[in-house]
Amino acid sequence: MQFHFDESSPLYQQIASQLEEMIFTGGFDEGDKVPSTTQLSQQLHINPATVLKGMNQLVDKGLIEKRRGLGMFVMKGAQQKIMEQRKEDFYNDYVKTLLLEAHKLGITKQHLQDLIERGEQDGKINS
Amino acid sequence: MEKLTVNKLTKKYGQKVILDNLSFQLAPAKIYGLLGRNGAGKSTLLNLITNRVLSTSGEIKIGSHNINDDDHELGKMYLMSEVDMYTKRTTIKRMMELADEAYEHFDFKNAEQMLTDFKLDQNEIFTNLSTGQRTAAKLVVALNVNADYILLDEPVLGLDANHRELFYKELIKAFQNKPRTFVLSTHLIEEIQQLVEHVIIINDHQIIEDADVESLLKKAYAISGPAKDVDTYTDGLNVLYTETMGSIKTTYVFDGLDEQRVIPDRVKIDHYDLQHLFIYLTNGDEQHD
Repeated sequence: MQFHFDESSPLYQQIASQLEEMIFTGGFDEGDKVPSTTQLSQQLHINPATVLKGMNQLVDKGLIEKRRGLGMFVMKGAQQKIMEQRKEDFYNDYVKTLLLEAHKLGITKQHLQDLIERGEQDGKINS
Repeated sequence: MEKLTVNKLTKKYGQKVILDNLSFQLAPAKIYGLLGRNGAGKSTLLNLITNRVLSTSGEIKIGSHNINDDDHELGKMYLMSEVDMYTKRTTIKRMMELADEAYEHFDFKNAEQMLTDFKLDQNEIFTNLSTGQRTAAKLVVALNVNADYILLDEPVLGLDANHRELFYKELIKAFQNKPRTFVLSTHLIEEIQQLVEHVIIINDHQIIEDADVESLLKKAYAISGPAKDVDTYTDGLNVLYTETMGSIKTTYVFDGLDEQRVIPDRVKIDHYDLQHLFIYLTNGDEQHD
C-alpha cells in the first residue's frame, strides 16, 4: 500500500481519494477490512484527526462502514458506487468539455463520431 | 481534562521585551506545533507555562485555576526542555524514576520498549550520551510521563532521520493510547506539517498565527504566469512574497481567493506548504527579490 501526498488539496481529501482508488482497483475488496485510523496515522505520521476526517468521507459516501469493535470494512457494492460516480464525472469532465470545444471548432456530430472511430483504430495499432 | 488558557502574557528581562501580550488556548487532546524563528521566545513561553520562569504580567490557567505555584495544576504539565537539568551520574533509569516520583504512573513498559528501539541502555549515564542520544532519552521520559500537557522543546535536536521517524510514530502512538495535548516546538516544519493539527506562530515577540494547519494551507496560494497577468489577478490580495524567472512571475499569496476573480488563461494556481508559508510570514526585512 503506497500513499503519495502533495499540496494540491487538503490532506484528508487526499487520504480519502487514495483509499477510494485502492477500493476501486481491488486493493481492498468488498468485505475486506481497511487499515484503522491508528494504523494509518502511525504508518504515515499523519495526525489521527486528519486521517479520521478522510475515513469519514468514505463512510459518508457509503463505501466503508464501521463494525463495532472490529474496525472499518469495505461495503458491499462499493466498487459499483465508485464506478457510477466516475462515469458521472467522465460525462461532466470530459464529454461536456469535448462537445464545447468541438462546437467552437465547428466539428459536427458526424465528424465527431468519425474521430472517435479513428481514435479507436489508432488505439488498436498502438496496443 | 480542561483547557489551558494563556491570557495577556508578557515577559520582559529589564527593558527587553521577550514576549509581548500573548493570548491563546490549548485544547485537551490535540497536537500543536509552536513555530518561530531563533530567538522568537518559544522556549521562554514554554518555561512560563510550566512556571519555571515567572511572567512580568498576564496569567496562565488550566480550567479556572491559575497555575502559579499550584503544584496540583503544575503536575498536569510536563516540559521536555532544551536545557539538560540532570546532575552528573544520573542514569536513564533514574530519569524515569524521577518522572514516576513526580507524576506517578510512569509507563515503564513502553519506555523500555522505546529505549530498545532507540538503542539505549537504561543504565547509561545521561551526561555521557551524545546530543542525539540525550534527545532520545528525554523523549522516552516525555512520552511516557503521566501528564495532560506535554510540551516538547526541540524534540528532534540531533536525532538522525531514522530516529526522527521513530519519534513521530511513537508520538502518535502515545497520543492514541492516551489522548493528551502535545506541543512541539521545532524548526523541522516540513516533517511535522502532517503531524500537528494546529499551529501557533510567534514572530517579533507576538503571535501572528493561531490556526488549524488545514485552514492556513487553504489560504496559501502560489500564483504564476506572465508578470502582467499575475499582477492583475493578485491585485488587492495579501501578497507575502514574489519571485521572477525571466518573464514568469510567481506571487505567494496568503488570502482567500474570490470566486468572482477571473483567472487569466496563462495563469496557474497552486498551493504551497507550511514551511514556505512560515518563511514568508516571518522573513520580515530579509525579503529581497
